[in-house]
Amino acid sequence: MLKTDSFSSRARSLEGQKILGYIPRYVISIVVSLLVLIPLVTTALGGFKTNGELQSAPFDLPRAFLWDNYSKILTASNFWRQILNSSIVMVATVALILFIASLAAYIFARLNFPGRELIFNFFTLGMLFPLTVAVLPLYITLRQANLLDNLLGIILPQVAFSLPVAIFILRGFFRGIPMELEDAAYIDGCGSFGFFWRILLPLSRPALATVGVLNLVGSWNNFLLPLLVLNKEDLWTLPLGVMQYQGQYGSDWASIMAFVTLSMIPAVIFYFLAERQLVAGLTAGAVKG
Amino acid sequence: MQSSLGTKSTPIIQPVQRRRPRYGRIFTIVLFLLPAAAVYIYFVILPIGQSVFYSLFRWNGLGPLENFIGLDNYTKALGDKVFVGALSHNLLIAVLSIVIQLPLSLVLALLVARHLPGRSVFRMIFFLPYVLSDVTTGVIWSFVYKPDNGLLNTALRNLNLGDGQAWLGTPNLALYAVFVVMCWKYFGFHLILYVAGLQQIPADLEEAAKMDGASNFQVLRHITVPLLGGTIRISVFLSILGALQYFDLIWVMTLGGPVNASETMATYMIKNGFQRFQLGYGSAVGVILFLVCFVFSLAYQRMVLHRDLAGSGALT
Repeated sequence: MLKTDSFSSRARSLEGQKILGYIPRYVISIVVSLLVLIPLVTTALGGFKTNGELQSAPFDLPRAFLWDNYSKILTASNFWRQILNSSIVMVATVALILFIASLAAYIFARLNFPGRELIFNFFTLGMLFPLTVAVLPLYITLRQANLLDNLLGIILPQVAFSLPVAIFILRGFFRGIPMELEDAAYIDGCGSFGFFWRILLPLSRPALATVGVLNLVGSWNNFLLPLLVLNKEDLWTLPLGVMQYQGQYGSDWASIMAFVTLSMIPAVIFYFLAERQLVAGLTAGAVKG
Repeated sequence: MQSSLGTKSTPIIQPVQRRRPRYGRIFTIVLFLLPAAAVYIYFVILPIGQSVFYSLFRWNGLGPLENFIGLDNYTKALGDKVFVGALSHNLLIAVLSIVIQLPLSLVLALLVARHLPGRSVFRMIFFLPYVLSDVTTGVIWSFVYKPDNGLLNTALRNLNLGDGQAWLGTPNLALYAVFVVMCWKYFGFHLILYVAGLQQIPADLEEAAKMDGASNFQVLRHITVPLLGGTIRISVFLSILGALQYFDLIWVMTLGGPVNASETMATYMIKNGFQRFQLGYGSAVGVILFLVCFVFSLAYQRMVLHRDLAGSGALT
């Protein structure tokens, strides 16, 4: 038990402790931040160096900023082609996931029928099947469907393997939308699809953004599936391009660093724009599930 | 869609179950579930089933499936030192993640979760590597680890700590070197989970304990960490599952080498299935990988996550 007279002095000393306590916390946080940032910053700066400079002084600032490595990549078509392919795959994947998963989540959230939970569990079971496990037979399936060397061969499996989590998150959100709204919509003459399209989806923007952002990142960074499915160079996505560029330019590390830096830029910009949704998506998938 | 009320023959006030006509209800259910079911069954369920089937054959992936060999592919995999080694690497990564990566993430999360001015900047930096692709990360770190004048060896030389190592080229070091990169890339993810968990703990509880004379460490030990239990259990779960399936970074940085020293089940599967055209055998490896993950998931959910999931109906 605390005595009341010691209370205020204790509070004051707590205040003092707090400010002192910040110092080690800042030191640790700054050291870890440097460990995160140094490889990234030296990579970006490395792109401005000559190979000799990169060898002799990898940590130093470039003596003169050399734009050749960057301009060489930006003026060739490969890089832009890969950005375009990655973008097509990403946008198509996310649009399809949002539409298909919302339709299913709507049924699981708002309609009662026998066997509903069973079917829902059948879908969420997919959370246990990562793409890695099924990738060999998936490859055969794609070959039979003539989807090898076809961007759809990336898009559709990505959609399929993302559905379980998407349906799970969206169902949780849809359940929270008041029944009265749905009743009102039907009284006003909306059909099921009308309610879904005009009322449910607009109200669910935060959840859709969450699922969308999560899958934007997943699609943009996907490596295994494109590696197996896309052989034609003009279909390559950015991760394949980065890997191939490293292989092709071998010891020309300055060029490789320029390429890697350019390939990071879209992801980093996106991260600063959508960090909030990304965090929400990851924690919704993990903490609540 | 917006028909006027007058044209509807049904009364405005009606029993809840009969809001929609019955035939329309079934039609709606089928129509809304159809796209998801079609894509999911064709690209997820069917391949999983097929992999079990293919795994019973010796098959190069091209000709007809006629060389039925029963469970031979499984006995071959379990008897192959390289596969058993790969499995042990997956387990080692899982253990290292739990012992090193997660405590590190938790400590950092406690540092930047509350009170500290500028915490959101730190969080943003810590989480940044997570959004980079594994390929980008792998290439950047290949430069860090480069034996001649890579960042790490140069730093060691400048600090007079010796000439450094061929980090990725030495069998005893390669797996640990890759593990460091995994930590670098994924600690921010676990940190974000912990921060989210910490924000759900009411500050009053910790303040009350302090008022009652508990030290900071006691508060942490008896209040904060126990209340964070659910988040920690999920984070351990995701970490182990990720470790069991790991592929990308290893493929970019070492291709499983040198001499299989950093092989994982997934790289072993891709090598045998695709590069050596043994699709039957590769499928068997895939099935084993799946069973390991599946048994682990079930056991973990039954034994550890049980109380967290009670009532949520998730992941049954």
